[in-house]
Amino acid sequence: MIHSEAFLNGLMRRQLRLSITCAAAFVLLLFGMPLANYLAPAWMAQKVGGFPLSWLILGVLFFPYVWLIAAYFIRKSMALETSEVERVKAASHLNDPSA
Amino acid sequence: MNIALINPWILALSGITVIITVWMGFRSAKSSKSAADFFVAGRSVSVGWNASAISGEYLSAASFMGIAGMVMSMGYDALWYPVCYACGYLFLLLFIAGPLRRFGAYTIPDFAEGRFDSPVFRRIAVCFVLFIGFFYTMPQMKGAGTTLSYILPGLPYWVGVLVVGMVITLNVALGGMKGITLVQAAQYWIKMFAISAPIFVLLFVFGGYGENLAKNQTNPPAMVRQIDAEAEAHPRKALPAKAPRDQDWLAPFGPLTTKAAKAAGLNDQEARPLSLLYTYSLIIALVCGTAGLPHILVRFYTNPDGVAAKKTTMWVMILIGVFYVFPPVFGVLGRNFMPELYQAVGSKGPDKVVLELPTLLTQNKTLGSILSGITCAGAFAAFMSTFSGLLVSMTGAVAHDIYGRMLRPQATPEQRLRMFKIAAILVGGLATLLGTQVELLEINFMVGQAFAIAAASYFPLLFMSAWWRGMTMKGAATGMLGGGVLALTCVTVTSVSDIISKSQQAAAQAAGQPWTPDGLTLFWRSHPLWRILAEQPAIWTVPTAIGLMIIVSKLTRREIPADARMKMLVLHAPEDLGLKQEYIQDHAGEAH
Repeated sequence: MIHSEAFLNGLMRRQLRLSITCAAAFVLLLFGMPLANYLAPAWMAQKVGGFPLSWLILGVLFFPYVWLIAAYFIRKSMALETSEVERVKAASHLNDPSA
Repeated sequence: MNIALINPWILALSGITVIITVWMGFRSAKSSKSAADFFVAGRSVSVGWNASAISGEYLSAASFMGIAGMVMSMGYDALWYPVCYACGYLFLLLFIAGPLRRFGAYTIPDFAEGRFDSPVFRRIAVCFVLFIGFFYTMPQMKGAGTTLSYILPGLPYWVGVLVVGMVITLNVALGGMKGITLVQAAQYWIKMFAISAPIFVLLFVFGGYGENLAKNQTNPPAMVRQIDAEAEAHPRKALPAKAPRDQDWLAPFGPLTTKAAKAAGLNDQEARPLSLLYTYSLIIALVCGTAGLPHILVRFYTNPDGVAAKKTTMWVMILIGVFYVFPPVFGVLGRNFMPELYQAVGSKGPDKVVLELPTLLTQNKTLGSILSGITCAGAFAAFMSTFSGLLVSMTGAVAHDIYGRMLRPQATPEQRLRMFKIAAILVGGLATLLGTQVELLEINFMVGQAFAIAAASYFPLLFMSAWWRGMTMKGAATGMLGGGVLALTCVTVTSVSDIISKSQQAAAQAAGQPWTPDGLTLFWRSHPLWRILAEQPAIWTVPTAIGLMIIVSKLTRREIPADARMKMLVLHAPEDLGLKQEYIQDHAGEAH
């Protein structure tokens, strides 16, 4: 069954959907920051403990945000792999009674 | 060279780092025997070691010295560099790390050949390993020259570059990568300690990160705050004329991104859209470039399995993310307390702020010297580890791909090993010579340019080959070659033009004559948009590369490899299903 077109398509689609979801969360902040700086410079320059807000986000807060996305992705992608393996094993049992 | 000016603490700590690095390289040379050992360390490295080693190799002179220097000279805009250096790994994790690891190939050229069954493609891929490699080694060499001329005052920049270049080249020729895994893991922790410990002491003495940033929030922007200067425990020093003004430095769209527009004489409002364009192009170059760096990718093969590869990436992101919070702090403190660096050029300019800043601790001179020695040791760890890693992957490309695959496929393992050593010396020598020429360019800027080339060549190749079944060899080759060569040309032209105009400017200034800009500099001045698109080409070269791949693949649809589905399956099916194929053709020569 793993050599079927449907298996590969399904697998890649599930992987890609997960990757794109995570990438979207990342790109939103990454590409949103310059735009926020451009459109709302005064708001982004407000002081937070001595830091301008834009500096605080880019210099410090960006990193933990990305770790969260990465951790989420790794958990989900490992679960995805396990479920694919189980699916294949279950199917091969049905097709091959001697196994 | 004035011996009396040498600080013994700084010299001793730097010397120890060099000796330990070289010694570890030699020691491990004894335990690595086969050719495979040299290329990917026998594939037997644990997650913790591997993550530390990747981080150790990745945190180059640009991260350790360059970011601080660039934050000091450019301000806010330079923060994009550390953020994207660290977060580009996410793209690697999301789209590339898993498939590549499952595919199981030694090097990127191996992947290119395995995926498309075409040895021609391997040659293109190898060329880019070398192009990107040389662009990346130049700033490491600038770091080396800068550090040595700081430790040994009066030593010419190029002497420092030659000495460090030779030491590392010999070390790689004799040690190979097995030693480097261990050395680079240790070097991550040296660098982490070296960047963080001085910062904690300096912030304790000179006030917090935010507090020091706030010293730049003056209004009106051009003036140093006179009134409360006396009330402050540590008022900042007056800025020289060459330093950027407070508002430009602290706020987005400052000197880095508006340089081209300002040179063209545009006003602030006209410059802003161009700055936004510059920022986006820079972000794309750095994020996509990280996901396509050949010397980083090769490390994914040293993981025992795909799960370990993912865990390694997670740890790398944490290790380097924590690191990247620190260098900008040096830049901020440097602006406040060592503004005289703004006046200097080349190896005496802001790129050395990390090395020199701890000497501000004048109440306790010994502590200042020790901390400065520690940052110098960290700088050595930074450029030595990155230069070694690059040298291994470039040498691997020459010895394993050009010699072992193209020129002499029948070569015996002994011949290959000898070739590895010869190639290491050739590549290392050339990289060192190039390094002597780039004193006037900023370390961090040059590394960013290497990323821009990787972003337009390797990233589209890896991303599209892993996820699009319809890709043909011709499509992949055209896209990679097209995007990569465009980026390479733009980056080379702007860098060479900058070196020429800066050195002419400096020469004219020294002679007391007015400087007449050359033709290209005048062209940049009248065409700021072209200048930005050439200096930061990623915003158009990455889409061009991907577009070419799609168009040419569609045109050559009939040439889609017959076993494309099997290859996609190997790239994507969980490793537990046992589909993994080894594309390592180390014995291909004998088999044919």
